[in-house]
Amino acid sequence: MAKGMATVPLDKAKVDRCRELAAAVASDVQSFIDEHTTVGVERTILRALGVDGVDGEGVSVVNRVIDRLQTARVLGRGVCTFVASELKGGAESIQDAAERLAFGDDVDFAAPLSPEESRRILAPHVTAALARIDEARGHREAFKATLPRSPEPHRYVIVATGNIHDDALQSKAAAKAGADVVAVIRATAQSLLDFVPHGATTEGFGGTFATQENFRIIRAATNEASARYGHYVQQTNYSSGLCMAEIAWMAAVEGLDMLLNDAMYGILFRDINMCRTFVDQYVSRRFIARAGIVINTGEDNYLTTADAVEKAHTVLASQFVNEAFALRAGLKNEQMGLGHAYEIDPSIENSFLLEIAQAQLVRQIFPTHPIKWMPPTKFKTGDIFQAHVHDAMFSLVGIVTKQSIQLLGMFSEAVHNPMLADRYLSLKATTYVHNTCKNLGDEIEFRTGGIVSARAELVLDEALTMLEGVARDGIWEAIGRGAFGDIKRTRTGGKGYAGVVRRSDNYVNPVLEALEA
Amino acid sequence: MIELPNHPIKAYGDREGDGMVQMSFVLRVTPCARAREAAKQFAEAHGLADPLVTTMEEAAEGFSYFVVYGHSKHTVNPGQIEVPEVTTVTMTRDVIEKRIKKLGRKIVLVGACTGSDAHTVGIDAIINYKGISGDKGLESYKGFEAYNLGAQVENEFLIERARAVGADAILVSQVITQRNCHKENGEALIEMLKAQGLRDKVICLFGGPRVDHALGLELGFEAGFGPGTKPSDVASYLVDRMCPAYDESPDA
Ligand code: B12
Repeated sequence: MAKGMATVPLDKAKVDRCRELAAAVASDVQSFIDEHTTVGVERTILRALGVDGVDGEGVSVVNRVIDRLQTARVLGRGVCTFVASELKGGAESIQDAAERLAFGDDVDFAAPLSPEESRRILAPHVTAALARIDEARGHREAFKATLPRSPEPHRYVIVATGNIHDDALQSKAAAKAGADVVAVIRATAQSLLDFVPHGATTEGFGGTFATQENFRIIRAATNEASARYGHYVQQTNYSSGLCMAEIAWMAAVEGLDMLLNDAMYGILFRDINMCRTFVDQYVSRRFIARAGIVINTGEDNYLTTADAVEKAHTVLASQFVNEAFALRAGLKNEQMGLGHAYEIDPSIENSFLLEIAQAQLVRQIFPTHPIKWMPPTKFKTGDIFQAHVHDAMFSLVGIVTKQSIQLLGMFSEAVHNPMLADRYLSLKATTYVHNTCKNLGDEIEFRTGGIVSARAELVLDEALTMLEGVARDGIWEAIGRGAFGDIKRTRTGGKGYAGVVRRSDNYVNPVLEALEA
Repeated sequence: MIELPNHPIKAYGDREGDGMVQMSFVLRVTPCARAREAAKQFAEAHGLADPLVTTMEEAAEGFSYFVVYGHSKHTVNPGQIEVPEVTTVTMTRDVIEKRIKKLGRKIVLVGACTGSDAHTVGIDAIINYKGISGDKGLESYKGFEAYNLGAQVENEFLIERARAVGADAILVSQVITQRNCHKENGEALIEMLKAQGLRDKVICLFGGPRVDHALGLELGFEAGFGPGTKPSDVASYLVDRMCPAYDESPDA
């Protein structure tokens, strides 16, 4: 944290206690995670080993393989042992092994190799899988190092045309107007697909499909723009939904910088099964950790379904939980872009003070995390002029409390996905606020016992009480009674539960083992 | 109904009849004198006299963003316009409860955000106890038995539930409007109800930020509700349709 920065009172003992409780919550779930795998996880492992491509009907080979193992009820052993056994049986390559598993007539579902032998056979392929991720990371970091670092908060904008080639054009435009981060929003309902579409796509509702080829295209475009405009533009996508782990791997090898990735978002906002999400988020984060990608968590969303004044503490509590899960997946603090938002009803007197209090509190509790500050959305209306002012106040909090990443508000939020001019004007206004108030946070103090300080103390107290409840009941129960975002889910309800499989005693997954090492 | 002028009027800037409007837009041109003139002519083509290009900035390479003020020559006559509106006057909670009492049973309803749409805040605001802006949801009334099925509900499932609970009304929320998917979803529900011979047995209400009464009617619903709708508006509408009239004098 910057020296001389205005601070709110912070009881360190309470913060430590929150972390302890969150750790207990995450550890409880981790024992479940360590005993299970999912169809999504196993597909990811296949991709990591190098399996690619689709069959004549456009279905990914990885889906074909995993579906077949699932139908044969042997997925609990993990896909790796079957791949190893095909290699031993004469497959020429990993791809060939996968195709034999997908389409061959004589697959031996009954007698795969021992875990040890599987590991031995796959060892060179596992090394190659990790090298591919490390290389992409090295490449990205080396290029980034050639360009000056933009000041924080990083200005983050979204493109969402549905056509990856238009997205590329819009990304370059945003880069020129000063964007530091560009996210391609995903097509509506992709999160519920249990496969990742293949190839470049030009049609999508509400956004553009996340595909490996689309990642490649947009990465090339932003790199070109970075070089041209002399500042590095970070590329972001969504590792969420039923394919969160596969998408994480794709982002890792295609050099993305950030991923929306939350331990609970899919459960709460897409009604994806809890067991599925917990296992998938863990594996996705193992790849993310290795690739040095920064995650963006989704706590901001709670404030659209729950009241932002009454339920502010649920955001903080969830940040502790997301942090605890991330630590268990090997992420560093510097990779945890914990999310929160300026979503209080703007008609409430002094609501700006409450927003400052929360933003400052979160900044102090997570000093080295690249905190992500999200704009007002729910109370935006079609009055774009008023919305522009609303966003300026939000930007003011962002710079005063030194947020790390700021997703820019759009005055057209209640109208449509941002257009080129909307983004341009938002970048212009944000740059104005950030620049003219750059050191304001170093010049002011929050009065002891004042509204801001008292609010910060209250939110921490409430988060602590809530975490005590969550730790007592376990996260499964807590979600069951609507602790986060006022949304209730059950342990076996939701989408994708059928894709959760208990690991058998001889489960083997050398790729995950290497990531965990 | 609100009284509106019944003669052609122009946009009002600072004086009657000045027709002043502003517009902003992007053209695929690099800022320069010709680009400014292009913006001016573009505004003229939209009926603006004496347009003043007040801003020309490069919004992206090869794209300029403009703000233009001008005098619109166009007129409208509001008195000659007809738009269907929900005419029910919103009643107090007390009146709503008393009128349902007269009906002699609860009004049963099911609501959902349908298709692939995951936006529940609107339907929750109408149905759930909490309501919106201090106006409590339908669940808070003794006279309503409300089932909120949540988001991403398929029409088939919604109808099945409506049938199972013997619903008097079905409430549908649609927020995502890309490529008119809200219209398709709404229409499909009505068609399905008709095919199952249920259409006459339920009142169907359509709602969302891009919905108005006209759209509700167009899609075959009894009514459409848009932004700013309160639970008490919906409660009043249902009571008005379903319950016997009620003498509001205090000693009734
Ligand atoms: C909150 C929100 C979300 C939350 C939703 C959480 C939840 N559980 O509901 C989350 C983050 C999940 C979300 C996701 C997405 N969203 Co969204 N979201 C919003 C946001 C910010 C606010 C909507 C809201 O809650 N309004 C408040 C409620 C109270 O208002 P309301 O819905 O209009 O309801 C009132 C009336 O309309 C009426 N009403 C509504 N329904 C009904 C029904 C009946 C029967 C009646 C009588 C009345 C009634 O009464 C209500 C009370 O007055 C809007 C932007 C905005 N400010 O409008 C975007 C917005 C709606 N989202 C949008 C998009 C594109 C998406 C995504 C597709 C983005 C993506 N690519 O992933 C996904 C969609 C996922 C999906 N499958 O649907 C677009 C929609 C564009 C369009 N017109 O098609 C918007 C406009 C944002 C934008 N500018 O792009 N979103």
